[in-house]
Amino acid sequence: MTEAPSFPMTRGRCPFDPPPELGRIRADEPVARVRLWDGSEPWLVTRYEDVRAVLTDPRISADSDRPGYPPPSPGIAARRRQAKAFINQDDPEHAAGRRLLTADFVIKKIERLRPRIQQIVDQLIDDLLAGPKPADLVGAFALPVPSLVICELLGVPYADRAFFHRTSKTLISRDVTPEQAVAATEELLGYLGDLVEKKAADPGDDVLSRLAVEQLRTGKLTRRELAAMGQLLLVAGHETTANMIALGTVALLENPAQLAGIRGTDDPALLANAVEELLRYLTIVHLGRRRVATEDLEIGGQLIRKGEGVIAATDAANRDDTAFPAPDELDLRRKARHHLAFGYGVHQCLGQPLARVELQVVYGTLYRRVPTLALAVPVEQLNFKHDMVVYGVHELPVTW
Amino acid sequence: MKVVVDQDTCVASGQCVLAAADVFDQRDEDGIVVLLDENPPARLAEDVRQAAAICPALAIRIEE
Ligand code: SF4
Repeated sequence: MTEAPSFPMTRGRCPFDPPPELGRIRADEPVARVRLWDGSEPWLVTRYEDVRAVLTDPRISADSDRPGYPPPSPGIAARRRQAKAFINQDDPEHAAGRRLLTADFVIKKIERLRPRIQQIVDQLIDDLLAGPKPADLVGAFALPVPSLVICELLGVPYADRAFFHRTSKTLISRDVTPEQAVAATEELLGYLGDLVEKKAADPGDDVLSRLAVEQLRTGKLTRRELAAMGQLLLVAGHETTANMIALGTVALLENPAQLAGIRGTDDPALLANAVEELLRYLTIVHLGRRRVATEDLEIGGQLIRKGEGVIAATDAANRDDTAFPAPDELDLRRKARHHLAFGYGVHQCLGQPLARVELQVVYGTLYRRVPTLALAVPVEQLNFKHDMVVYGVHELPVTW
Repeated sequence: MKVVVDQDTCVASGQCVLAAADVFDQRDEDGIVVLLDENPPARLAEDVRQAAAICPALAIRIEE
């Protein structure tokens, strides 16, 4: 028997394309054994329809405590054991946790934030243009936009950003030790626990205050459970969108004809479409959605046994030509709304309405207001985030 | 075309509203889907089919 290929695989020359080997696996062996860092050999599922089947099958669990669950790194395994939120639970616990937050992400409500998001984006661009060049677009713009927005929404003081940017970076790194991951988690949980207690005593008009009043004061959830929920929202709320802004900018600058198509437009439908296509094309949550089978079942003709790990490769599925013709082309006018960049099934990203509005405002404003925006170094010199569970660039030197 | 939604399985992702805002809405209190039009006109049929296809919770069913 030949040995299973190790996962994750390395990317090829194009920094936006998933690893070429992933494409070969999708063509030849759609449900394949892969070998992880710990020597385990879960199944990797790469075709669009199969990935959707995995993520909607009730016999497939997202519970990271189950034996056979395939964690992306030792550090992430350790911190999940220590504090779990609904993203790593199954229904009914998952649904109960998620429902506490769904009211905050209703589309109509998120749309009411649009003017404020526009204001934040405009202000950051003013500051960028007034500052020295070249500038790092990650530090000056891509990270501040979603950080400011999620801080205001949750009620986390933006003044503390250096602290939670550092701790969340540790949480999503693959190459930190379990001790480092656990220490960063404790630091962030301690901070958020103090915050929700303060809010229980003196609530403001924000999500953590509402949770503190409804859940902590009434004893329905503990300080630690609420802190874990806050941590999930805070980390997921800024890391993902920040990487979509920065990596999306690199992709657009490398595809000038596509960029030209949105630079001059104020057509919201065109911008919304462009955002969906960039989400599909880049699929920044690039290490697959992790699951484990709770019964014997069949996916794509392959028998998967109870207790075996399953990785649903949403990046490979988003480049499957049965779902997206000419999938390796960035085409901002294509219909891509059925992409799986936010996942699929009951765990599909809770914050997606917010991410969409942020990205629509950013893509609709940045390139219009800074029409000469350009990379300050050749694309080959950029430091891509191969070491993180969310893909992107560590820094993005730009000029204009 | 007849549309049926299952409010118990809906996870409030809002995908259906983005696909067909004339047919689907979300409850303010929890984001759960509300069906505005059980028998949408033919001009909306494609959007409604798309809503059903992208609903992550498989909570939308179409009877032709
Ligand atoms: S797309 Fe599905 S899960 Fe999302 S709000 Fe509509 S019915 Fe609910």
